[in-house]
Amino acid sequence: MIAPAEPSVEAEPMLKVREILDRHDHRASRLVPILQAVQESYRYLPAEVLTYVAQELDVPAARVFGVATFYAHFAIVPKGKHVIRLCDGTACHVKASMPILDAIRSRLGLSEQQATTPDMLFTVETVACLGACGLAPVVVVDEAVHGQMTPEGAVELVERLMAQEAST
Amino acid sequence: MKTTVTANTIQIDGRAVPVNGERNLLELIRKSGIELPTFCYHSDLSVYGACRLCLVDIQGRGIQGACSTPAEAGLVVRTQTEELRDIRRIAVELLLANHDQQCPTCPKSASCRLQGIARQLGIRHVRFRPVHAPEPLDESSVSLVRDPNKCVLCGDCVRFCGEIQGIGAIDFAYRGHEAAVLPAFGKGLGEGECVNCGQCAALCPTGALSPRPETNDVWRALHDATKTVVVQVAPAVRVALGEAFGMMPGTDTSGRLVAALKRLGAARVYDTAFSADLTVLEETHEFLERKASGERLPLFTSCCPAWVKFAEQFAPDLLPNLSTCKSPQQMLGALCKDTLPAELGLAREQVVMVSVMPCTAKKFEAKRPEFKVGGNPDVDHVITTQELAHMIEEAGLQFDELEPESFDLPMGFKTGAGVIFGNSGGVSEAVLRHASEVVAGHPVPVSELCMTRGEEGMRFASVEIGDVVLKLAVVYGLRQARTLVNRIRNGELAVDLVEVMACPGGCVGGAGQPVTADGQARRQRTRSLYEVDKRLDLHKSQDNHYVRESYRRHLGDIGGPRAHQVLHTHYASRRCASEGCAAHATCPQVALRSEEPAI
Ligand code: SF4
Ligand code: SF4
Ligand code: FES
Repeated sequence: MIAPAEPSVEAEPMLKVREILDRHDHRASRLVPILQAVQESYRYLPAEVLTYVAQELDVPAARVFGVATFYAHFAIVPKGKHVIRLCDGTACHVKASMPILDAIRSRLGLSEQQATTPDMLFTVETVACLGACGLAPVVVVDEAVHGQMTPEGAVELVERLMAQEAST
Repeated sequence: MKTTVTANTIQIDGRAVPVNGERNLLELIRKSGIELPTFCYHSDLSVYGACRLCLVDIQGRGIQGACSTPAEAGLVVRTQTEELRDIRRIAVELLLANHDQQCPTCPKSASCRLQGIARQLGIRHVRFRPVHAPEPLDESSVSLVRDPNKCVLCGDCVRFCGEIQGIGAIDFAYRGHEAAVLPAFGKGLGEGECVNCGQCAALCPTGALSPRPETNDVWRALHDATKTVVVQVAPAVRVALGEAFGMMPGTDTSGRLVAALKRLGAARVYDTAFSADLTVLEETHEFLERKASGERLPLFTSCCPAWVKFAEQFAPDLLPNLSTCKSPQQMLGALCKDTLPAELGLAREQVVMVSVMPCTAKKFEAKRPEFKVGGNPDVDHVITTQELAHMIEEAGLQFDELEPESFDLPMGFKTGAGVIFGNSGGVSEAVLRHASEVVAGHPVPVSELCMTRGEEGMRFASVEIGDVVLKLAVVYGLRQARTLVNRIRNGELAVDLVEVMACPGGCVGGAGQPVTADGQARRQRTRSLYEVDKRLDLHKSQDNHYVRESYRRHLGDIGGPRAHQVLHTHYASRRCASEGCAAHATCPQVALRSEEPAI
């Protein structure tokens, strides 16, 4: 099993970030797209990268942190290779999404406090409405949407991914 | 009562009130004598519109925030209706539900606006239950304590730090019911770019931000028979302390203040204005030397520790231009610790230097590693004006009944030049009073040297003495300082001396001063310091014979090697390229800074 490459900041000091900043002309008004690009390349927003971005854009670090924590899309702690999102919007909640969440968490040994497995393979999150209420309850694994989920079905999805990881 | 609405009036609760260029409806309502309660409105800051307490009923428009409504003539406004009353009460109840309600033990208890408004609105009962688990205090800063459990998210601190200080050390993070005011990355306030000016705490309507108290340390030293407590008092303290005891802002309390400190057990009470005189001699010497050689100009003052940290963070290229003079607080500390132990037959550790300052940044300054000898600090404890008031109160002293006493000699003797240090423009004026005499070769009347006085946040002056022209800039508020620095950097502005103070109006407006609702208090303190100057016999630092005596006995020549050893310091950049910097582990800056107070 190969652990996903931990984004190493020291190995190439800020090279990727500098490239992203250049692409956006170091414009403070482009903060959100810059953070999106950073997240894409590091899979989360590491504090030292944000510090660097703040300094380069001449924006206070606390402001950058504020923006990074305001949008649910951004993560300030590293996420696993596979991100499993469970919808807990009103429709999904009513259609019993919580037992699904419990099942996934218990299969992976996760909890509300610990969202990511120690081997950095899985992160489990809840989101407020994915806009697919007709399919409730909904689970999104990486980019794939799975509707009308059941606790058993969700565990099966997870186990399939685990098997896939074990064989690579 | 007439209810006509004429061309340039607004009708407020049935009365016509003339509109006179007010910034918004809230200002007009207040001018008309109705004190609408608010948390998030502050006339020096941008309008935020978050607290929803300023709501009023405007005919034809419904319920609107008065702070964010322009004062347009013709409006018909009601400030009291059953509906408004309900909305306001719910808003305050919701705030209280989000607040830990540990009021009797809160440092702001006596000056809390949340308590004040709850009282004003007659809230007797909170219908909502708190949902947050208590969070730990942030005690990482030596100047301030942050208690997240008391924050009402008014954002006053965030806006002051960003808009007036140009720092942005704290900001809103997260959202919804998780929203909080936090330093970057949820770190401690003491670990980031905060320069300790404390103005956020002065504005905070609750106890979410407050000066970090050191009164317990001072009490302990006073009660310890093996220790001799020596106190110094900064100029701005004497004209503000009285406010804590119901006196008029600006009342000069020098005599009672000394008496109170003596009653509390201080062995000596010295005046920081004495070492301000010392600073003037050293700094003028440095200034004229640089002026002659044309090197490292402009000279920036270094008395304000918030500005010094700001420069170390944001203007490391200009550090060579900072005066190497220690601040008056540190000069007096160094001089006392240098001379008193021998004089009193005590060990250095037995002499405890306590300073009373209008300032929270002075707490940080006293703990900088460079101001220690063999691990023992030159200034042991720094308490604010407010903290001294608390100590006097705790001791049960009736402040207004104390028989005035005078400062101890020699270091309690000062000239007016040392006293006006507490005002923005005061350091420059004091330096001018000395420099003019050196350059001209004869005394110049003090009344000809008042050009640096004023209310504006950024001021310029120039003085001609013989064929020498001295150009000065005076600034308060660090965002303004940054603007000035940028203009100097890109060659737009050529000046010889720049005085920078972080706080509004200088130290008289420091965050350690009593919190008053009186917007004029600061101006009265300023006026009063100039009055004290007038009342004193001497007005020029060079005329302070006790300072001269210090040079003869301990310090040698002005600007000489011994004076440098005791009275001067150095600065170091705090600008890391980034924490990802390859040299981080071995960086001498990082090593030096890591010695800084970790509490
Ligand atoms: S003390 Fe001054 S610098 Fe620090 S957070 Fe408060 S306003 Fe900002
Ligand atoms: S201006 Fe005066 S009171 Fe304010 S931070 Fe500076 S030294 Fe302290
Ligand atoms: S003062 Fe208008 S919303 Fe706070």
